[in-house]
Amino acid sequence: MKILKPAKAGTLESNDISIMLMPGTNGIEIELESIVEKQFGTEIRTLIENSLKELGVEDATIKAIDKGALDYTIKARIETAVTRAGEM
Amino acid sequence: MLRRSMLFMPGNNPGMLQTAEVFGSDSVILDLEDAVSLGEKDAARILIKGALKTFNYGTTEVVIRINPFSTPYALEDIDVMARLKPNAILLPKATPEDMKLLDEMLTKIEKEEGFEEGSIRIHALVETTYGVETVYETIQMSNRVDSVCLGGEDLAADLGVARTKDSEELFYARTKVVNACKALKIDAIDTPFTDTNDEAGLLADTIHAKKLGFTGKLSINPRQINTIHKVYSPTADEISWANRVMYAKDEAEKEGLGVFSLDGKMIDAPIISRAMNTLNTARVIGLIK
Amino acid sequence: MKNILGREVPDNIKGYGEVKHYDGYLASKGTKTKRSIKLTNVLPGDEKLHDNLDTVLDKLPLKDGMVVSFHHHLRNGDFVLNMVMEKIAARGYKDITIAASSIFPCHGELVELIEKKVVTSIYAAYISGPVAEAISAGKLENPAVMHTHGGRARIMESGDLSIDIAFIAAPTSDDYGNINGVDGKSACGALGYAYTDAETADITVAITDNLVEYPNTTIDIPQTLIDYVVVVDAIGDPNGIVSGTTQITKNPIGLKIANMTTELIKNSGYFKDGMSFQTGAGGVSLAVAADMKAEMIENNIKGSFASGGITGYIVDMYKEGLFKSLFDVQCFDLAAIKSAKENPGHMTMSASMYANADNKGSVVNKLDVVILGATEIDTDFNVNVTTTSDGTIMGGSGGHADTSAGAKLAIIVTQLANSRISAIKDRVTALTTPGETVDVIVTERGIAINPKRTELIERLKETNLPIMTIDELKNIAENMTGKPKEVEFTDEIVAVIEYRDGTVLDVVRKAK
Repeated sequence: MKILKPAKAGTLESNDISIMLMPGTNGIEIELESIVEKQFGTEIRTLIENSLKELGVEDATIKAIDKGALDYTIKARIETAVTRAGEM
Repeated sequence: MLRRSMLFMPGNNPGMLQTAEVFGSDSVILDLEDAVSLGEKDAARILIKGALKTFNYGTTEVVIRINPFSTPYALEDIDVMARLKPNAILLPKATPEDMKLLDEMLTKIEKEEGFEEGSIRIHALVETTYGVETVYETIQMSNRVDSVCLGGEDLAADLGVARTKDSEELFYARTKVVNACKALKIDAIDTPFTDTNDEAGLLADTIHAKKLGFTGKLSINPRQINTIHKVYSPTADEISWANRVMYAKDEAEKEGLGVFSLDGKMIDAPIISRAMNTLNTARVIGLIK
Repeated sequence: MKNILGREVPDNIKGYGEVKHYDGYLASKGTKTKRSIKLTNVLPGDEKLHDNLDTVLDKLPLKDGMVVSFHHHLRNGDFVLNMVMEKIAARGYKDITIAASSIFPCHGELVELIEKKVVTSIYAAYISGPVAEAISAGKLENPAVMHTHGGRARIMESGDLSIDIAFIAAPTSDDYGNINGVDGKSACGALGYAYTDAETADITVAITDNLVEYPNTTIDIPQTLIDYVVVVDAIGDPNGIVSGTTQITKNPIGLKIANMTTELIKNSGYFKDGMSFQTGAGGVSLAVAADMKAEMIENNIKGSFASGGITGYIVDMYKEGLFKSLFDVQCFDLAAIKSAKENPGHMTMSASMYANADNKGSVVNKLDVVILGATEIDTDFNVNVTTTSDGTIMGGSGGHADTSAGAKLAIIVTQLANSRISAIKDRVTALTTPGETVDVIVTERGIAINPKRTELIERLKETNLPIMTIDELKNIAENMTGKPKEVEFTDEIVAVIEYRDGTVLDVVRKAK
């Protein structure tokens, strides 16, 4: 799937993650700010990248602000952002 | 199953979805309707999908409140949610027509997904004057209906009256709903008590509804669950009474008596059935072993 | 070396010195010596009163490397610490040790003094805000010493740290240093920590913004302990000193935990006439107090005393006759201050009386039940309330380790998992309270009882409470959060965590 326009999903509330998804040309670029960076930063980046790939996204820039979201939330917010970004 | 309390949880709130069952309500209602803003219906569906695939809510009944058929969201809500095989769907603004439609859609999805037919149950949220008048037919529209829940806020608006603390304005609807439910042997769930800071008010309202015949209550705040359960759980006295009824019944049977009495009162089949219900409830919630 | 709690603590720490390793919570039994205090007597005709801080400072034997103390009853509204340290810094002194019972965000100005090496050592029972961050980042010359409230009294009485000058924030004082905390615009109630400072420092300066005619008729700290009295415009910001009212948590998970805790106490064997009880001012603790109140009334239970920091909720229980008396070391809200002033059974106590392990018996020893919080707990029931789980200092024991050691039933209440952080770890990031003194952990998803407490486990088996092992509880949480990566630390020690007896429980290292 191609990212056609910028899209947002999620919130800044605790246990959630706010995702800003933008068209990209250079693979997947992730800018992550997380309250659990030290414990889970690497895992979250991998999860975001894998979620995008599963949805068929190859090029995108992501800005994510994480307030301690669990994996299911991160995946859901990515999926929401991608659906929203793919609409014409 | 026991359905003393059914607790609403906002469908787009990850923190609530991942702790939905810890408050001990008998059912949780993951809400796609009022608790989710119009622009976030898509996000909530996807989030609930993730939550249901991830969490084991144990013995708690998981119910999804979809948006009403009068909105553009209902069809997609059903299509996405039913395929996750929740225990039940809560149909808002329930009418016979909408119930028929929902039942057909669920049957179709169950076939497509290979789920057992009728395995996804329905709770009917009756919250319009039309819905109240047609509640009996609504229940009869589907074999899936396990309860009717009364929605007092919307109903008062439809009646064009103020919603009050003593709920006088709901008297007709409450008794009508209870009667239909009892006639068709399903649960009758009362409207939520919306002032979450008024514990005494909640207690009085719950006791009142129980007297009218309701078997459980909707709740909009986890803090209410204990109070609701207190009302709908048998007391020590009730359990001891029920035990004595059962003992007297066993004794009477041994002696070959058809009729017998306890404390000077004749014990007949409805009383025995009430005693059995009491003991059964007490057993389910762990008051007795 | 690894101490008996499995923590890696060197035998000698640069800037701290030789380490006495923790050896069990009762290992300090024995004969103790108090330090002798130097004092300058005050004779007829001598004056104590000054109308500005500078003229007092001119009289004090200020020097590089001195030890000055402060107390935290004005909490996040305190002006005194900053006011005094600014002047000492302006006079060019360096290498100063600050012994403050607690340090709050309002003391952020200290960071600059730390960076300039004006302040090189800090002793405190609790540190939050910019100073905590600066210490965590390794900016303080020597490791901060993080003791308990009782430990602080012990340190000062024993002379492990001799206080040269104690600065006492005095909400009300007369010109001869009779002080109370219950009157005046900066009223804060009990002055328990300040009392021990006044008793143990060589020189004591009372700083007040409410001078009353001699004699002050309510006396918490008497004139016999005070050298100087200074009048200033304001010693604190009333808004930061106490919250108008402390609030029960509205978080439903907190309330659920409180319900479970109350149910547990009811079935613990300690819920009976004469029960003594302590709980803090956190939202969940207050919810437990509210639940307990209802249960005590319903079951007609009359307790003996409630202790600790006192809140309006505890005062209400006292007024209802549910506790015969209150032992108060500091007040958390206006209702508590009012009560400390008015109610005869509301007794204030010194930090030493509250929790010092080296006196002839502190109040914590007489506690039946205490409710405490935690940021982390490990599978040995050790508790961390000193750092966040990424290793940044954000608190400290306060009375945590003291009450946990003293109370017959020490209950930790905490949310099991929130914001991807699990409260239960294989190993706590920093160890504040040893697990051998912790009896029960109550979380929203289950209760774990210290396996040592076999009789308690037996008693609670009969209830409907969700009792499980701590490993089961840990697994439930980790199933949700995933297994966290171990946070990596450098070898640099930024804080030393002392137990109440002066032994070292653990050290905090600078994170990578």
